[in-house]
Amino acid sequence: MRRGLHSQALGKYPPSGAGKGLQGLMRIVIMSGILAEKRAFSADTIMKKAIIALEDGTCFTGRVFAGPGEFYGELVFNTSMTGYQEILTDPSYNGQIVTMTYPLIGNYGVNPEDIESRAIFAKGLVVSECSRIASNWRATMTLPEYLERAGIIGVDQVDTRAITIHIRDKGAMKCVISSEDLDCKSLVKKAKNSAGLVGRDLSTEVSAQKPYVYPAGGKKNARFRVAVIDCGIKTNQLRIFDQLGCECRVFPNTAPAKEILACKPHGLFLSNGPGDPAGVPQIVATVKELIESKLPTFGICFGHQMLGQAFGAKTYKLKFGHRGANQPIQDLRTGKVEIASHNHGFCVDPATVDPETAEVSHINLNDNTVAGLRHKKLPVFCVQYHPEACPGPHDPYYLFEEFVTLMEQYKKK
Amino acid sequence: MPKRTDIHHILIIGSGPIVIGQACEFDYSGTQACKALREEGYRVTLINSNPATIMTDPATADATYIEPITPETVEKIIIKERPDALLPTLGGQTALNTAMKLYRSGVLKKYNVEMIGANYDAIMRGEERDLFKSVMKEAGIETLKSFHVHSLKEAIHVAEKELPFPIIVRPSFTLGGTGGGIAGNMDELKQIAERGLKASLSSEVLLEESVYGWKEFEMEVMRDKKDNVVIICSIENMDPMGIHTGDSITVAPTQTLTDREYQTMRDASIKVMRAVGVETGGSNVQFCIHPETGRMAIIEMNPRVSRSSALASKATGFPIAKLAAKLAVGYTLDELPNDITKKTPSCFEPSIDYCVVKMPRFAFEKFPSADAHLGVSMKSVGETMAIGRNFKEALQKAFRSLEIGVDGLDLKAEAKVPLDRLDEWLTRTKTERCIAIKVALKRGYTVQKIAGITKIDPWFIDNILQIVEMERELLDAPKDKPLDVDLLRRVKLNGFSDAQIAVLRGQDPLAFREERKKAGIIPVYRLVDTCAGEFEAATPYFYSSYGELNEIRKTGKKSIIVLGSGPNRIGQGIEFDYSCVHTVMALREMGYEAIMVNSNPETVSTDYDTSDKLYFEPLTFEDVMNIYEQEKPIGMIVQMGGQTPLNLADRLLAAGVPILGTSPKSIAMAEDRELFRQMIIKLDLKQPESGTAKTMDDALKIAHRIGFPVMIRPSFVLGGRAMMVAYDETEFVPFTHAAFNASPGHPVLIDRFLENAIEIDVDLVCDGKDVYVGGVMQHVEAAGIHSGDSACSIPPYSLDPKIVLEIEAACTRMALELNVKGLMNAQMAVKGSDIYVIEVNPRASRTVPYVSKATGVPLAKIATEIAVGKTLKELGLVGFRPKLSWYAVKEAVFPFNRFAGVDPILGPEMKSTGEVMGIDKTFEIAYWKSQIAAGQMLPTEGCVFLSATDRDKGWMVEIGKALVGLGFTLTATGGTAKALSDEGLKVVETCKLASGQHPNVIDFMQEGKIAMVLNTPSGPVSRMDEIKIRSECILRNIPIVTTESGARATLGAIKAIDGNDWTVKPIQDYHA
Repeated sequence: MRRGLHSQALGKYPPSGAGKGLQGLMRIVIMSGILAEKRAFSADTIMKKAIIALEDGTCFTGRVFAGPGEFYGELVFNTSMTGYQEILTDPSYNGQIVTMTYPLIGNYGVNPEDIESRAIFAKGLVVSECSRIASNWRATMTLPEYLERAGIIGVDQVDTRAITIHIRDKGAMKCVISSEDLDCKSLVKKAKNSAGLVGRDLSTEVSAQKPYVYPAGGKKNARFRVAVIDCGIKTNQLRIFDQLGCECRVFPNTAPAKEILACKPHGLFLSNGPGDPAGVPQIVATVKELIESKLPTFGICFGHQMLGQAFGAKTYKLKFGHRGANQPIQDLRTGKVEIASHNHGFCVDPATVDPETAEVSHINLNDNTVAGLRHKKLPVFCVQYHPEACPGPHDPYYLFEEFVTLMEQYKKK
Repeated sequence: MPKRTDIHHILIIGSGPIVIGQACEFDYSGTQACKALREEGYRVTLINSNPATIMTDPATADATYIEPITPETVEKIIIKERPDALLPTLGGQTALNTAMKLYRSGVLKKYNVEMIGANYDAIMRGEERDLFKSVMKEAGIETLKSFHVHSLKEAIHVAEKELPFPIIVRPSFTLGGTGGGIAGNMDELKQIAERGLKASLSSEVLLEESVYGWKEFEMEVMRDKKDNVVIICSIENMDPMGIHTGDSITVAPTQTLTDREYQTMRDASIKVMRAVGVETGGSNVQFCIHPETGRMAIIEMNPRVSRSSALASKATGFPIAKLAAKLAVGYTLDELPNDITKKTPSCFEPSIDYCVVKMPRFAFEKFPSADAHLGVSMKSVGETMAIGRNFKEALQKAFRSLEIGVDGLDLKAEAKVPLDRLDEWLTRTKTERCIAIKVALKRGYTVQKIAGITKIDPWFIDNILQIVEMERELLDAPKDKPLDVDLLRRVKLNGFSDAQIAVLRGQDPLAFREERKKAGIIPVYRLVDTCAGEFEAATPYFYSSYGELNEIRKTGKKSIIVLGSGPNRIGQGIEFDYSCVHTVMALREMGYEAIMVNSNPETVSTDYDTSDKLYFEPLTFEDVMNIYEQEKPIGMIVQMGGQTPLNLADRLLAAGVPILGTSPKSIAMAEDRELFRQMIIKLDLKQPESGTAKTMDDALKIAHRIGFPVMIRPSFVLGGRAMMVAYDETEFVPFTHAAFNASPGHPVLIDRFLENAIEIDVDLVCDGKDVYVGGVMQHVEAAGIHSGDSACSIPPYSLDPKIVLEIEAACTRMALELNVKGLMNAQMAVKGSDIYVIEVNPRASRTVPYVSKATGVPLAKIATEIAVGKTLKELGLVGFRPKLSWYAVKEAVFPFNRFAGVDPILGPEMKSTGEVMGIDKTFEIAYWKSQIAAGQMLPTEGCVFLSATDRDKGWMVEIGKALVGLGFTLTATGGTAKALSDEGLKVVETCKLASGQHPNVIDFMQEGKIAMVLNTPSGPVSRMDEIKIRSECILRNIPIVTTESGARATLGAIKAIDGNDWTVKPIQDYHA
């Protein structure tokens, strides 16, 4: 299965060493990493400058280490110290350029296992220092090679703390990275004129084109069948369902309720995804219809925002969002705190949650924003954060188990 | 859950003297804990025998017992204080072990004292090896396979049936891991196991699956009552398994683990906390990972705060010890705010956006006969931490923080590695392995080849390769024009120091510094904020780097920079940190903004809330000047941090930095032998006759002029390196040769050796007009033993009060003549009625904290007030003299138990790592307490082995008589036995070791028949058999005394304690 995932994920970019034993691969990578350094970091690219221009007129400079060109997106920062490969392949980053606050990125390279979707979805990667070698027993490629093959720009030698603090103070904003146009003024103009995230449906761009079954070919003796609306799903959500004995029927986010119900699911799952949750009223409508059928439902991140809207609440854009693997979430039922992985720029406004309909089940202790909702009458709950981890802690894994329990209860009924 | 209200009074046990493996990190954690608990309104009682700590300052706890940390003492304190609870997890292994003994003996139950933080069962599950393994097995966490065996047969059986080769053989209970090794096959196993079984006190060896060369990781974990568990910091050891983590270069956070692997380790760490049952507080969990398969196993866990947790606190800004104390009284992590951001809760996992490198500091130059190879037993005496935006920057900063004469991973460092033994240096780890890697890379070794030899992850080696490549670029850059700005920026960003670059370019460092500043390449300062910039930080804790964003905050207040003392080493340790902390506190009290600069992560001075601003930076001219130029303080204080800041004083002054307090000129005058000699003559004082020799001929002439015995010492060395006493010419010649070799190109100093003189230390404060004599200390050991290694007493215990007054007067005159504005330490010697001046240092001395604790007058604080312009008159100290109706005895503590085969005798070269204090009404009991606190468990009965050279037989017989009078029996060899029986004493004669006949004294020791050993060195070069006897004492923890004065004091103490009870009293009551 891993092999399958691997080629699916890398698509047109099969890794050079595929098929060889892991140990052999590691040696090759380490060696080629050092040899590659001579190529990649000397003659051409070493002088290749890049400018990161923000819509507010600020520019940062760096050096291109992969995929020269001009790339647009919302500039955000992520404070996870590990997990860059999962982050790059998380479809929720569609439309965004990611700055890693941890300055040393690429140290352990990339491997065919730690991928969260079929491709890299972030529009660019900004780091302080990218490692020229990959050093880990599972590594099959260096990070520069990985980005290069995907045609995604990677920039290093950037003061990423300066970027982070700028975004913290001024908010996430539209940005362009270019290695072609090195004129700050002209780039700032381009950034201003770019599309941005607000009101945009980025989810449909990354959602599955047609329905599919996970695991491929179906699951024998599956305990439950889960209908999944793919708004930009991270593969680990599917892996976990598989581990818990569930077969997933994954639908494009445009699938109508009728089509979804036709697979006779025991439960409904709404995945994470990119873009403005308020920009996809059609999904919210579908979700509303589905949960009214009393289908046990669980939503994560974008899915949570869909459900929140289905409950009648509104979403709003956070100043710079939550992106990291260290956020404290309090479960209001027990008072216990779990450390969770986060990746969201929008949030459900608690003032718009009708207390008759739903209750806030979890909050983020850093800023007391809504981190989870539970419907008062229907078997529906959702969280703003990422219990599937990848990257991040496994503390909230129990939520998947709770969902399975919920399906169990309703199956008996 | 709010704090507990059913307990009101908490007892904290400290960690005692600084020893290898247990250093000032426990002063830091203990001080934090005391503050945290008192802040919550609890009464705190503290026991710690170490007077050099901030923890034992009278203001830190409500009742502070500077008493020996033994179960007996703690019981006395419990009876007196009746605390409700005991917090055992903040004072290292010492506190944990003591608490466990008190639990087992029923004392805690009897007096209704609850153990908080970790209970007995949890500590057992964490500490007891076999129990830990079974708990881990239950929790589904892999441990290393190991077997205890008691015979060669059992060992062979294990190797045949249970364990694959290579097998690690560890004898139980041996000195410094002697007799162990790695067996690659059955023959080697037989050989090593046989040796190990012999070396082990319990005839037991542990056979363990070898994980040598695996990657080593640590996790710092915290748990609260509600079962919230968070990881504060992950640490990757650059050196692989097989090298003690205390001796490894370690890096935070982990660098070469993917998120998947990191999370697996995180899950396991949390499981360990729950399985072991650490209810609240912090723990350290160590893992190893196979570099090619990823197989992970747990090595051990410490259910308490540790050296690593202090490092993790400094590396992340998260105050583990403070939180551990608050969690122990019932708070939960979500109820406590994050001190750094003030707005977010403590229940989170710090994210850092920099790289932290910890580097150990060794002292092998002090123990030339010790094995300098690193292994599973810790040998480093201190450490330094550096923060950078990348590993190269942090590594190079750490190198220059070490104060080993290098300016980074530079050319000077390379000189330490012999080229013809490069492979050996890569294979067998010595302290300079990192340098050897650089040398190897320069000689064309590939990254993989080095990774294969050293088992160090290629990522680290590639980073060193990048340093090599940049060094090449710097060498190749045209020298006739200024350095290309892009290259300059890049090398600065990667931690190259000005001095390092200047050497590569053949430039003067100062000129290069100006060129760099002109090019606009100046450092920026960034915050350590626990959250990678996600939230605004309230606490100003900075490190330097190069980049765009400078986060320095100007407050407009008048500020003063205090320079710390850098890594602990022998001769410069916690005592100086104590003085620095007091300086900072005094400055803050007076309304100045106190700015601390230091690189030692173990210390209180580098706690983020000790000063107004903390710069975690190397203490070099460049790094200090950079801070100075940005902060623009009104001045700098350099007299508190020992030799480290003093060495910078001249250059700082020359660069225009106002040095507060005593001027560097006065310091130079005290250090310049000729100027100093003239001053002594002017003041009509005496100095031992001396001379300076440039050649052996000179030296001999001087020696004959002065007359034997003479003291020989090289110049320009620290801590009495290669100092020797010669009694005649045959000894003189080789010693003088050694002294010339110890400091090539420098003259050798020869002084008259004042045999059997009483040595005196004086600490005083002078404001230029008046002098306050803080304390006159009489050494127990005679002159010739380094003052740092000698026991001493305040007040003097046998000196004529008239002599004491004369000493005080002499010191006062010298301080005024030198125009001291602050602290001064003088070393004097008294022979008969003559007083000699040996040395004067116008700066904080090692004894400042001890004097302050003994007298209740805080010397460092007063000196600071003087430095900023106050007078002794204003402070009411003119004519003041503390009235002491007690004796406070300081005793030194030595690391001999770490260095197998090193002769544990005292001499002019300092060897101790730490100190303890005993305080009581009489000198005898105070001395007894100091001995017990230092681990010398003086007996009141049993058999004493005596061995003396002819020179020492007279007094030895006298002591022997007295011992018999106290009911001891005696044993001795040949000459000593005869001398004793000639005086009519009954003595059991034993065979000399050298004779090869039995029984000898070692046999007696092994049978547990020897209660104490009095043994004086036969001469300047000890014979092998003496060393063996003394080493055996260290190994078996048998009290040993090697000097006449020590023997007399010991006898006095035994006499005083024999049959008498003793009491404990808090320091606050002494000074009330």
